Amino acid sequence: AGGRSGRSLTPWPGQQEKLIQQELTSLKATVSAPTTTLRLMKECMVRLIYCEMLGYESSFGYIHAIKLAQQGNLLEKRVGYLAVSLFLHENHELLLLLVNTVVKDLQSTNLVEVCMALTVVSQIFPREMIPAVLPLIEDKLQHSKEIIRRKAVQALYKFYLIAPNQVQHIHDKFRKALCDRDAGVMAASLHIYLQMIKENSSGYKDLTGSFVTILKQVVGGKLPIDFNYHSVPAPWLQIQLLRILGLLGKDDPRTSELMYDVLDESLRRAEINHNITYAILFECVQTIYTIYPKSELLEKAAKCIGKFVLSPKINLKYLGLKALTYVIQQDPNLALQHQMTIIECLDHPDPIIKRETLELLYRITNGQNVIVIVQKMLDYLKESKEEYAIINLVGKIAELWFIQTMNAVFSVGGDVVHPDIPNNFLRLLAEGFDDRKEDDQLRMYAVQSYLALLEEEDALYPQKFLQVMSWVLGEYSSLVTDVDPEVILTKLHSLLKKTVITSETKMWIMAAVTKIASHASCSKIVDKLIQEFSNSLDTCMRQYAFELKHLCEDKALMRNLLPFDGSCNDMVVDASLSFLDGFVAEGLGRGAAPYKPHHQRQEEKLSQEKALNFEPYGLSFVSSVSSSGVTGRQSPTGLSFGSDTSGNSAETGHKETNTLKLEGVRRLWGKEGYLPKKENKVGKENEPQTVSCGSLLAGQMGDPPALRSDQVASLSEEDKEKQQLASTLFIGLGSNAGVSLMGKADTATQKFKRKSKINETQSSEEASDFQDTSLCSSDIVEDNLAFETPQSLKKSGPDDRLPDIRLSQSSLFADSNIEIFQPSRNAQSESASKTPLVPCLSEELEELTHSEVVELCQSDALALYLCKVWTDDSLLLIVFVSNKTTSALNAVNLVFEEAEHFQILESTTYQFPVIEAQNVERCQKRVWMDKICTQGILSGSVNYQSEMETRLEFSITLSLVDFIRPMEMTTEDFGKLWLSLSNDVKQNIKMSSSQDSLSATLSTLQQKLKLHIVDIIGNEGILACQLLPSVPCLLHCRTHSGMLALWFRSPCSALPDGLLYQCQKVMEES
Amino acid sequence: MQFMLLFSRQGKLRLQKWYVPLSDKEKKKITRELVQTVLARKPKMCSFLEWRDLKIVYKRYASLYFCCAIEDQDNELITLEIIHRYVELLDKYFGSVCELDIIFNFEKAYFILDEFLLGGEVQETSKKNVLKAIEQADLLQEVILRSVLRSLNV
Repeated sequence: AGGRSGRSLTPWPGQQEKLIQQELTSLKATVSAPTTTLRLMKECMVRLIYCEMLGYESSFGYIHAIKLAQQGNLLEKRVGYLAVSLFLHENHELLLLLVNTVVKDLQSTNLVEVCMALTVVSQIFPREMIPAVLPLIEDKLQHSKEIIRRKAVQALYKFYLIAPNQVQHIHDKFRKALCDRDAGVMAASLHIYLQMIKENSSGYKDLTGSFVTILKQVVGGKLPIDFNYHSVPAPWLQIQLLRILGLLGKDDPRTSELMYDVLDESLRRAEINHNITYAILFECVQTIYTIYPKSELLEKAAKCIGKFVLSPKINLKYLGLKALTYVIQQDPNLALQHQMTIIECLDHPDPIIKRETLELLYRITNGQNVIVIVQKMLDYLKESKEEYAIINLVGKIAELWFIQTMNAVFSVGGDVVHPDIPNNFLRLLAEGFDDRKEDDQLRMYAVQSYLALLEEEDALYPQKFLQVMSWVLGEYSSLVTDVDPEVILTKLHSLLKKTVITSETKMWIMAAVTKIASHASCSKIVDKLIQEFSNSLDTCMRQYAFELKHLCEDKALMRNLLPFDGSCNDMVVDASLSFLDGFVAEGLGRGAAPYKPHHQRQEEKLSQEKALNFEPYGLSFVSSVSSSGVTGRQSPTGLSFGSDTSGNSAETGHKETNTLKLEGVRRLWGKEGYLPKKENKVGKENEPQTVSCGSLLAGQMGDPPALRSDQVASLSEEDKEKQQLASTLFIGLGSNAGVSLMGKADTATQKFKRKSKINETQSSEEASDFQDTSLCSSDIVEDNLAFETPQSLKKSGPDDRLPDIRLSQSSLFADSNIEIFQPSRNAQSESASKTPLVPCLSEELEELTHSEVVELCQSDALALYLCKVWTDDSLLLIVFVSNKTTSALNAVNLVFEEAEHFQILESTTYQFPVIEAQNVERCQKRVWMDKICTQGILSGSVNYQSEMETRLEFSITLSLVDFIRPMEMTTEDFGKLWLSLSNDVKQNIKMSSSQDSLSATLSTLQQKLKLHIVDIIGNEGILACQLLPSVPCLLHCRTHSGMLALWFRSPCSALPDGLLYQCQKVMEES
Repeated sequence: MQFMLLFSRQGKLRLQKWYVPLSDKEKKKITRELVQTVLARKPKMCSFLEWRDLKIVYKRYASLYFCCAIEDQDNELITLEIIHRYVELLDKYFGSVCELDIIFNFEKAYFILDEFLLGGEVQETSKKNVLKAIEQADLLQEVILRSVLRSLNV
């Protein structure tokens, strides 16, 4: 099928301008010639579309496209409609000419014509003509063909978008579409619902149950197989539903409750390693973080985000960062977990990754890391060339750096900062830059940051800082629309009542209150304030209260007097005080002495005294001027910030100290801008003054990572640098506020605390045996790895395994000077007849393949160890319980919790009647995998009776591989079984150079995954395995040009996917 | 989805579909800038771009770039799959599609796109159904053609 109508377009090799112009001229002639047949017209339209795509003017043909749609047969009509939909836009006047054609085609008995009409309506239709076609389209909702019903819904969706009130009356029909027996129609109706719920989520809460049910059915694979995409059921539908659920569940615990189950299931089902499942996972995570939180789900979602962040695939990494950015406010600890990855992303060669990382850092900026983050942003800016990005980022930098740094300056500098600093700061804020929007954003950011600071109860800020805050709040708080002015007024009011606030600061605050009151209509707080301060003992305050009262009575005057953002408007000051002329004349008339200027008076005085004057007049003159400011009209309305003397006029006394102390004050700003170097030293001196605003002190903390530096010592230089960066970036984040450089380091410290406690009860000589272990850093890493991957198939004799465990334990603490608890040799020899304290397997088990013995958990009294034994018919979990105390423990119970994926054969509990002192008992459990998953957790607890009931919890990670066993069979059997199996999964994997031979690859798979190699023929190989107890899975491999084509078949649908994932992992690792 | 563009490695536009009303001038400007930006990206880089206030999702298939603009809250990964499904559809229809197929039959490429995406939303995700709809229309065309030819012969 498919004619080649456009073939004649080829003779345009370089798409030369001239040729196309020629073509256009001839097209123009052809389309307007009356003899042109519709068939030729169709050809012309195709050419015209092409010309338009190349950017040439072709509007002369628009009307002919409409004609073609109107008059042509199906073939021509289709092209006509297409041309219309490509040429015209919604508001094009010619579109009105199409309406009749559409109406006619909608009534046609030919399905194809109806489809064409619906398709064009769903793309462009004049809004005002909707009533002409609406009833026809409504009818189509009952059509017997699902394609027509679906397109009708789609057309209604379009109408809803361009004219929602026109389709108001057919909401019932939308519901009917949602319940349509065809999934395609139902899916189309979700577009409408998503849109409607976006606009008004509360109106559709009653549908939550239906959406959940639909999603459950989709996830459960109840839809026809046609809707599968790469063996995932209807991913588009799933994502649409997840988005709807997110909107419905937002801030609504009751509605959210309904969807927890299905979200959990979606997360679980989407375990396969394919892009489409990642798309679903990502949407799921977003929904989980949008709806009312449930900790269990959040945990899983966080794990998912981890998968994204750590993925080697760049697209997934990007989305991981995006998700982190999204959840960072709710869960800052998540960023801490991934800090090393984030650091790496900062230097990523792809600028998009870098930018998203900066976006993430922007969200976690606080006083302590602002310098480093801003530096990173500036680095990015230097490389970036894209205008939009630059504008965006510069705004952010300005916000973060400027306001945060200044906050730090004011908090630290306190009242000894030079008055120029706050004045200049306010001037910058007020005058702004060239871009109005930017300025407002900066101001808003300032307001928000101050509101947050004032939120802290009992925080004590320097007076200067409070003055700055009140000025900014007064001027710009109305920019922040989501905060009630009453809230701000309440804060200011409570500040006014504090005794520590100086009267000068109170003036600033009152000025702010007045300004805020001028944009608010009426306020209880303001009334209260007026009442309270009208009889204040402080005359200035009283004066202010009266002014405020009068202004409040005359709002028009008030607004006039205090225009919004009027701080930069030049005020005309009548310097000659001409308005007083009348007053002066009146005084003179009453016989008052005329005014003499100052110097004249002094001269007169001098000539009267006729004595030598040794005083430097200039100086006393200056001080008298500035002190006169106190009583003068210069009441600090806060509007005057330009001159340095007027700003702090109320405290002339302080002025002296100011000038005296200036040398000790940190110079944060120099000619080049910010001077970050000196601050450490000086900052520390200043610290104690401002304990309350510790969080602001940011950069001054000097060396926060010092605490852990000893742990870092063992890491390579480059890593160290990165960790240093991490510690500066992630400082102050998360509840612990401390810096955990790696997850490992943290657990290590915890362990050593526990152990050192035990140590007290043990004799110290025993323990010192192992203290001299000089382990190099790589050992630590390796041992940690060994702990994490217990499935590494290592068969080791009892002799060398014993010290192995010890080494790995001690190596964790190699750098700390703490003595380490070790199961003592003495104790061992004493109790030689009994079971030794360090667990080991019995002889018969020792023969089987098994993992190393790893520690599960421990308390003061107990330690639990685990060993996995892979027997032929099950996974055998051997749990060793070691009694570390010096007395026997009675009735120790081991209980496994019910796990969804695993089945424990026999009972899930085990009781040790007694465990003797310094002794180890063991129990064993056989486990099968019940539901297929790549990895799952089996958790449980141990409890025992001591003085009080004690409980110790543990969890065991089990992987799919733990339950896979080789399946031996002949090639013929394989062939028969292969044909009888239905579920198959195919995937091509790139082979690395080290695994280029098929047999090498297969033997890796054999070793790591316990697959049985049935046969190898040329470049093809067949393998077989079974999932315990007996679900077979067959694998066919073929190599070609560096790729390994894997083809799985199994009676169980999830097994091939799970195994494929494991294979990919193995191949990546090897 | 706001728009979809197909262009070649040489920067030649092969197909454009706009789901938001924009002036021709604006469209040209966007196309020019976007083609430039995407072509400048290195092969190992991420398939997503933040561009103005939009997200661009693009993927290269042989000599053709498929490029979609979505809004910030849309899912990037599923958009990649939309592109992929479209390529699958083209592939199935043309039988291992190449750039020339799209140049010669770009109206067919549009028909398929319209059957798959309508007004910027995924309309039909079943590959079978999309192609059925297209083939139905094609078939009718051929029937008409044949009858026309027959009438000419007589």
